[in-house]
Parts: sequence; C-alpha cells; structure tokens
Amino acid sequence: MARSLKKGPYIEEKLLKKVRNAEATGNRAVIKTWSRRSTVVPELVGFTFAVHNGKKFIPVYVTEDMVGHKLGEFAPTRTFFSHAGDKKTRVKK
Amino acid sequence: MARIAGVDLPKNKRMEIALTYIYGIGRAKARTILEQASISYDTKTDALLDEQIAAIRNIIDKEQKVEGDLRREIAMSVKRLMDIGSYRGLRHRKGLPVRGQRTGTNARTRKGPRRAVGGRKKK
Repeated sequence: MARSLKKGPYIEEKLLKKVRNAEATGNRAVIKTWSRRSTVVPELVGFTFAVHNGKKFIPVYVTEDMVGHKLGEFAPTRTFFSHAGDKKTRVKK
Repeated sequence: MARIAGVDLPKNKRMEIALTYIYGIGRAKARTILEQASISYDTKTDALLDEQIAAIRNIIDKEQKVEGDLRREIAMSVKRLMDIGSYRGLRHRKGLPVRGQRTGTNARTRKGPRRAVGGRKKK
C-alpha cells in the first residue's frame, strides 16, 4: 500500500540536514549515506550520494527523473548471477 | 461496421465486449463509456446507429488513452525506469519479474519459454 499523502514523503532528517548544509556551503561533495529508505525529494537533485548496499557505497548521481523513488532503488544489493554463455539474459544494455 | 480509435472493428458482439477489443479498454471502462453515451450494454456492434458510434468515438477521444498513445506512454515509463538505473529498470532490462516475484521457478511470463540446459541426461 502506498504511503498516506498526508504525511508527505519520508526522508531521513539527518540526510536532509546534511544536504541543506552542503547546499548552504556550496559543497558539492559526495554524501555518504546508509539511508536507502529515504525518498528522493527535489532538494536532492544534483547531488551525488554514496548509497550503501550492505557492502559497498554505490555512487548515485541524482537527476530530476529520480524524484519520488527511494535512494535504495539505485544501489542493488544482490550480485546478479548468470551462467556463462547465457545469451538471453544479456539483452540490450 | 464500426471503426473506433483507429483500427478496431469487432462485429456481432455485445458492445460491452466489443469495446474491450480496443487496447486500453476492459470491461469496466467499456461500461462507463456506454453509460456516458447512454447505450445499452447489449447492443450489437452491427446494430449501432451512426450517431451512437460518433458518441462513443467522442468519449474515447476525449477521456481515454488507448492504442498507440497508451502503448507509447507505457514504453516511456519503462524507459524512464531503465534510464535512471533503478532496480525496477534493471529488472525490465533483464526481462525478469519487476515486482519481487520469485524466479527460481515460475516467472515464465517474463522469462518466456523454457530454455533447455545442455549437458544433462545421460544413462
């Protein structure tokens, strides 16, 4: 079920604070985060996040299209497995 | 014979069913359309009057996204998912189920017909 609109999008306060800070100081450095559950809000557009996938931090450059998705959606947590010479799984890139 | 939304011309069916031959219209939408046009569900396509056809066409043009437009919209949404590199986009790219279904077995709708794995079966 989708989240109630009344509540607005969920985003970790700490992350938002970090972003606002970076915005204020004009610091566009990569922001490390574990908060995969945070929604991408318009304020985050243009930043690069290093999103934890359980093992590593995956760099995610946030574009306008990503608004409304969660940060975790852009940092896969599983290693994709396929057999050698498996043609069908390697379709168009 | 009626020609609505471009190419569709089912015949000798009740309108409620006939309209579902249009991509993007199912039973529910067919019924709302017919209600708006105040046409009985049971009218056969052949028995439709010209102005009834026009009325249906009008309603569909104005309020529904069907056929090519709908297909394009869907393709665009999928493409967007793929372009932003989201998990759902990756699943679309790999032709696997997008909504978290199991893939160890089943998932044949997305994966297509089974592909045999060689090197099995020896006495």
